[in-house]
Amino acid sequence: MAKVTIIEDPASGNGKSVEVENGTTVIRAAAKVGVEIPHFCWHPGLSIAGNCRMCLVEIEKMPKLAIACSTQVTDGMVVHVNSPKAIEARKAVLEFILINHPLDCPICDEAGECNLQDYTYSHGPGHSALEEAKNKKSKRVPLGPNVVYDAERCILCSRCIRFMDEIAKNPTLTFVERGDRVYIDTFPGKELDDPYSMNVIDLCPVGALTNREYRFKARVWETSSTEAICVGCARGCNTNIWVRNNEIVRLTPRLNPEVNNYWICDKGRLNSYKHVNSDERLNSPMVRKEGVLQDVGWDEALAHAADALKPFSKDEVGVIGSPFSSVEDNYVLQKFAKQILGTANLAFLDHSVDGDDDDFLVRADKTPNSYGAREAGVVSPKGIDVNRMLELIGAGKLKALYVMDDDIVSSKEIEDVLAKLDVLLVNHWVKNRTTEIADVVFPSATFAEKSGTYVNFAGRVQLARPALSTLEKERVPGRFRMSRLDNFGSAFDEWNKGSRRNVRSSWEIISAVGNLLGGRMRYQSSEKVFEELAQSNPSFRGLSYAKIGYRGASLSKGPVGRKSNEAVVVK
Amino acid sequence: MSNNGNGKIKPEMTFWERLYFPEILHGMSITMKALFRPKFTRQYPEERWVPPPVFRGRPVLVVEDETGVERCVACGLCARVCPSLAIQVQAAETELDKERYPVLFEINMLRCIFCGFCEEVCPEEAIIMSKEFELTFADPKDAVFGKDRLLTPRSKLEDRLEFLKQYR
Repeated sequence: MAKVTIIEDPASGNGKSVEVENGTTVIRAAAKVGVEIPHFCWHPGLSIAGNCRMCLVEIEKMPKLAIACSTQVTDGMVVHVNSPKAIEARKAVLEFILINHPLDCPICDEAGECNLQDYTYSHGPGHSALEEAKNKKSKRVPLGPNVVYDAERCILCSRCIRFMDEIAKNPTLTFVERGDRVYIDTFPGKELDDPYSMNVIDLCPVGALTNREYRFKARVWETSSTEAICVGCARGCNTNIWVRNNEIVRLTPRLNPEVNNYWICDKGRLNSYKHVNSDERLNSPMVRKEGVLQDVGWDEALAHAADALKPFSKDEVGVIGSPFSSVEDNYVLQKFAKQILGTANLAFLDHSVDGDDDDFLVRADKTPNSYGAREAGVVSPKGIDVNRMLELIGAGKLKALYVMDDDIVSSKEIEDVLAKLDVLLVNHWVKNRTTEIADVVFPSATFAEKSGTYVNFAGRVQLARPALSTLEKERVPGRFRMSRLDNFGSAFDEWNKGSRRNVRSSWEIISAVGNLLGGRMRYQSSEKVFEELAQSNPSFRGLSYAKIGYRGASLSKGPVGRKSNEAVVVK
Repeated sequence: MSNNGNGKIKPEMTFWERLYFPEILHGMSITMKALFRPKFTRQYPEERWVPPPVFRGRPVLVVEDETGVERCVACGLCARVCPSLAIQVQAAETELDKERYPVLFEINMLRCIFCGFCEEVCPEEAIIMSKEFELTFADPKDAVFGKDRLLTPRSKLEDRLEFLKQYR
């Protein structure tokens, strides 16, 4: 162990001391005591390159300034982060980087979340000694299907190159040319089409690498961000959902060392929220009248659903849960099935795609919550699965079916079998083949419109917070980072006219149907549902929304994750 | 003037004023003089005022006459600086050198306070204050000006652009 003193304020000379292990670098030791040393090329998830020289600090008894990212601590080391020499050096480094970096922040997508912009304001010289014109380089170079490169903006930190070499393990990018002509390109015949290629966009400390889809779509300061998780597969990568005008504009990964570290796959980033913005979203409860689904109010649809289920005995009804829905939804559903309907016909569909996985993040199970649905109790006490239920329907023994948040019609045969049902009730967010043949359709909230927990394949319970408002529910202030429009706009403003959908969480819908059938499921919020679950289910014992927090928590019987104390805040 | 104690101010009149009649004559003489002075009343709306370049009328977007392309690059700084949140911009990509353009640009003229901050912050001199100040609406929806009503050829805005040069 080595004791290091980090001195932030040169005037007082008071430092913060910290004990770190031998071999720790100065930048990490400083991060431990909450001191951020400016840097471009260093990233905690990548190897050390030491080429940007931004993290120069003064270390006592060293003859010259040293870069904090690669200098290892020694016992008794005293580091002056903001000594006059260090400040002067940082100014010089920024002036050097800005020799050829264009000063067109207004049209740069990174503006507002740009390290170079921020550091130029906080550490930069504020002027340039040069009058010469800046270098011209190629702009708008498509490096791959999803990443566009602007060579003029690039500060050549090599983070993207190192990511492709070390994390994606698919060396694709390299420096080309020398001196001020140097730029980044793919190797001949290669394309930046790795399944993880878009992480280089987040890694890029400037606006050189941009997301082709999000490019120019919104300014950072117009968007609000909400901590959620990706629902693309059973990994459950932690994400931030970026919203403007009640519409998701992009998804970025959020640091969680227990789950996804800094990374996310391209599929999850691009596609896992597409159903939320879909044109096919259901926007009103519907009841089949004279053979046609017609929009009706919530009360009418709920009453209709309850009346439709009443005539059947407990063996004539079946309930299908959803690994796409939250733990709360599935918990309320299984309670509805077991206690109110009293049926043993309870199951959910597996959505695994064999072979579509890798040894990094992507899992074959394409749902975020199969573990959670099972643990919450969507399991038949008699071992009946969905196929068995379809057999029962075909045999005419099962006459009413409630399907929550899933599309079970994957073939014409299944559609023909379901046609034999007397009653089919469906909750879903978009129109699909199951909702088309249903008798009552409830529009349900997606993961982005409700609070809900999801259990990933390793048994980690994670909380997704609502990023969008629905017709009935506002987002909860304080749970998302608000944009200026959120803070100062009124309900009458143009940008607030984005569609607020007439949807409810599935647990709300199902508990309402259950209560009409004589149940007593009166929950005020999904948090209350989870409280009841934590009290009644040993797997969830001791857990609460507060305990799950932003990093998640392991199920009490699941594998125990390693602890991470390091509080490095890096973009 | 004197304060009589209960907060009301009572004017104190001079001797001549208290005589009353001389003041009537004084007043009549002012009226008679005004009858023969030149008139400065403007016969609005037949006769209209053309404001000087310093005047801040409603903001407009400059379109280059030669190319027919608007100068705006949809950076959103005007929307950001607007103290009354009147401006809404949606950017999109274009093949032109400027890379981006506003696919939607709306100014809510009921919110606009004619402060000119948008003009001041614009890095492209693309949004400037025009001379138009006569704005009336029968419906709040009519007050939201889209690109159709904002785009104005540069040739019609020359003197404001000339005026702005001194503040560059």
